[in-house]
Amino acid sequence: MSCWMTIQDYGLRAVGIGERLLPREDFTLCQQFTLIGSGMIWNIYFGAFALISGFFFANALAMAKSARSPWLRKPAEWFIFIFRGSPLFVQFFFGYFLFLSLKQVFPIFTPFTAAWLGALVVLFLNTSAYSAEIFFGALRSIPKGDVESADAYGFSGWPRFKKIIWPTMLRLAWPAYTNEAIFLFHATALVFFSGFPAWQQKGDALYYANYFADKTFNPFVPYPILAMYFILLTLVVLSIFGLANRFLNRHLPQEARRKIKLKMNVIR
Amino acid sequence: MFSYCTDPNALSGLTWLSCYLTTGKHMAFYFSFGTVLLLLAITAPVALLFGFFGASAARSHILPLRWFGKTYIALVRGVPDIAFFLFFVIALDQMIEWTRHKILCPEWTEPVRQGNDFVVCQAAKMPLGSAPQWVHETYGFTLAVFTFAIVFGAFAANVMFGAMRAVPRAQMETAEAYGMTRRQAFRRILVPQMWVYALPGLGNLWMVLIKATPLLFLLGVEDIVYWAREMGGSKTSKFTEYPHGDWRMWYFFALLVFYLCFTRISEIFLERVMKRLTKGQATTGGEAQRKAPA
Amino acid sequence: MNKLLLTTAALALSASFAMAETTRLGTEGAYPPYNFINDSGEVDGFERELGDELCKRAKLTCEWVTNDWDSIIPNLVSGNYDVIIAGMSITDERDEVIDFTQNYTQPDPSGYLAASADVDIKNGVIAAQTGTIQASFVASTGATLVEFATPEETIAAVRNGEADAVLADKAYLGPVADEDDGLVLLEQEELIGGGVGLGIRESDGELKATLDAAIQSMKDDGSLNAMIEKWEIGVKF
Repeated sequence: MSCWMTIQDYGLRAVGIGERLLPREDFTLCQQFTLIGSGMIWNIYFGAFALISGFFFANALAMAKSARSPWLRKPAEWFIFIFRGSPLFVQFFFGYFLFLSLKQVFPIFTPFTAAWLGALVVLFLNTSAYSAEIFFGALRSIPKGDVESADAYGFSGWPRFKKIIWPTMLRLAWPAYTNEAIFLFHATALVFFSGFPAWQQKGDALYYANYFADKTFNPFVPYPILAMYFILLTLVVLSIFGLANRFLNRHLPQEARRKIKLKMNVIR
Repeated sequence: MFSYCTDPNALSGLTWLSCYLTTGKHMAFYFSFGTVLLLLAITAPVALLFGFFGASAARSHILPLRWFGKTYIALVRGVPDIAFFLFFVIALDQMIEWTRHKILCPEWTEPVRQGNDFVVCQAAKMPLGSAPQWVHETYGFTLAVFTFAIVFGAFAANVMFGAMRAVPRAQMETAEAYGMTRRQAFRRILVPQMWVYALPGLGNLWMVLIKATPLLFLLGVEDIVYWAREMGGSKTSKFTEYPHGDWRMWYFFALLVFYLCFTRISEIFLERVMKRLTKGQATTGGEAQRKAPA
Repeated sequence: MNKLLLTTAALALSASFAMAETTRLGTEGAYPPYNFINDSGEVDGFERELGDELCKRAKLTCEWVTNDWDSIIPNLVSGNYDVIIAGMSITDERDEVIDFTQNYTQPDPSGYLAASADVDIKNGVIAAQTGTIQASFVASTGATLVEFATPEETIAAVRNGEADAVLADKAYLGPVADEDDGLVLLEQEELIGGGVGLGIRESDGELKATLDAAIQSMKDDGSLNAMIEKWEIGVKF
C-alpha cells in the first residue's frame, strides 16, 4: 500500500472519516506520521477554541478582579485561584465526573460527557483563569502617565477604557499571553490521556502515538514524531502571536518595539 | 494499626474509618506526598542550575555554545512535557547503561541491541541486578528528578535569558567604566541584579512545576495520583478487608486540597522573597521601598 | 541528596560482590484476582502466589516490582525487570517482541458485564481498557468502542450508563458482578487470545527454560490447579 493511499485512508481518521479499523500490521513510518498527524486535528481544535473563547472570559475576569466591589472581586479571585492552583489532571477528572452527574439529572448535558465539548469547557475555564491573571497583572502595570494624559484629553468611562486602557493592557500582557497559548496547546495532549474516554478510536495525537507505542512496543518512534508535530505547532502559534504583537505595537519606533517583547518574560 | 482493627467487617462508622485510613496501603499514600515534596525540593534547584547554564550558553559569544543553548530552550519548550516523559526516561536509562557497558565491559563482543532487546553485561546494569528494591526506587526517582529538571530547566533558561537582558544597560556600562572584565561584570553586576527581573517568571515556573507533579507516575514513581487512583477504585470484599464503592472523587478531592494549600503557601512565600529582593534595586518597586517611611 | 547518592553507589558496589543475582518480577498490581495491591500495600493475588512458588522451585531470589500497563513491555525489553507476570495473554503480536513461557492458565474467554441482560452487544456501546486485546477485538466488530485508561473506569462507565457493556477477562468481571446487583455477566463470551504466560526477553533463553520447567512441575503435581481453584481463575488443567 502506497503512502498516498495511507494518507487517504487515515488522514482524517481522528474525526471519523476514512478507514474504520486502525492499522494492525506493518506500522510503517507513513502510517505513524499520518495517524498522529490526523490526531493533531483535535489538539488544534481544543487549543484554538479554548483560546478564543477564553480570551473574552479572561478579559471579563480581569476586570472583575480589579473591580472595587467585593461582589465582583471575590468570586473572580476565587475562580482564578482554584483553576490556577490545581493541576489540569485533577480538573479533567472533576469535570468529567461533574458532567456525568449532571447528565443523569438534566439530559441536556449529554454531549458534555464527550471530549469534544466537555474537555473544551474544562480547557476554556482553565485558560481563562491563567489569562485573567496575566491581564490583571498588566492592568496594574499600566503607566500612570498614560491614564493621566487620557484624562487630560477629556477621555472618561467607556471611551477611555476602549481607546487607552484596554489596548495598553493587551500590549503589556502579550508576551506572557503568548506563553499561555503555547502551554494551552500542550495541555490539550492530556484530554484523552487522563480525562475523557476515546470513542471509536477517535483520539488526539497522543492517543495515536500511544496506540503505536503499544502495538510496536517501541516508544522511540511514535513519541518523537508527536514531539515534532508539537514543535511545528508551537512555531506556528509563535509566528501568529508575533504578527499580532507587531500589530499591537505598530505605533512604536522600531527599537522600542523589540524592547517590550523582551521585558515581560513572564510565563503563566 | 489499632488493636481493634483485626476484624474490620464488625466495625462501623468512625472506628471503621480510623482503621481504613491507617492500613499499610494508606501509609504508602501518605508517604507518597513526601515523595512529591522531595521531588519538588530537589528538582527546583537542579532546574535552576540547568536554566542558568542554558541561559548563559544562549547568550555566549562562542557560536556552537550559543546554538546549543538556543536549541535546548526551543526544543524542550516546544514539546508537551507529557510526550517528553513518555519516552525520555527509558532513553536516558538506556543511555546510562550503554555508557557503563562500553566502559566496564570492553571485551563484550555481542551487540547491545539484539532484535528488540537491549542487552548489556551484568556489571553495566544500573542499578545492578542484585541491588535491593530501594536502590531501584532511588534510581528511578533520580531519573525522574533529572527528567523534570531538563524540562523545567529549559523554561527557567528562557526566563533567565530574558532577565539577563533586562538588567539596565547603564549598570553594565558603569562596570566597564570601573575597569571590570566581561567575566567580572557578569559575576558581580549582572548575576546579582538579574534575580529581581527573573523572580516573577521563576515564581510562575514554580507554580507550573507543582502542577506538573501528577505526571510523575508516568516516570514509574508511585506518586499521589497513582495511589489515589488505585485506592479510590471500588473494591470487592474478596480482595480487601475494607470493601467500598467508587471513592475516587474523595481521593481526588484530597489531592485538590493539597495542591491548593501548597499553591497558596508558595504564593505567600514568593511575595516575601520579592519584597526582600527589590530592596535597593533600580526598579519602581525598589524606589517605592526607599521612599516609604521606615 | 549527594550523600544519599554516595551511599547508594557504595551499597550497589558492595552488593555486587556479596549477593547472587535477583530475578525481578514485573506486574501491574491493578487486575484482581491475577494481581492487585492488598491492604498492607503489597502485591497480592493469584500471580503473587504463583510467582513465589515458581521462584522457590527454580531456586531463584525474586523481587516484585509494579509497573504501568502501558509501558510494561518496553521496560522489560530495556531490562528494568526480567519477567512480566501480569495476566498477560499470549498473542502473536506480543510474541514477536518478547518470549512467553508455556501458559499457566487455560485460555480464558472474555465476558461482557452489563447493566441488564438484554443489551445489544452487536451494535451497542462497549467499553474496554485502552491497549488490551479486548479493545482491539471490539474495534473490529460492529459495536461502538469506548476506551478508558484503567479497568476501574470501564466498569464505572457501565454503572453510569456511558457504555452498555464492558468486555474484559471473566476472572476480573466475576467478583464485580457478584457484589453489585445492578450488573450482570452476559451469556455471550468471546474467545480472544491464548492462555496467560510469563513474558521474558528473547535473549534470556536460560531463564525461560528454568521457569518453563518450574511451571511444568507445578502442572504435574496439581499445585497449579489448586491455586487456580483458590483464586477462581477459570478452567483447570
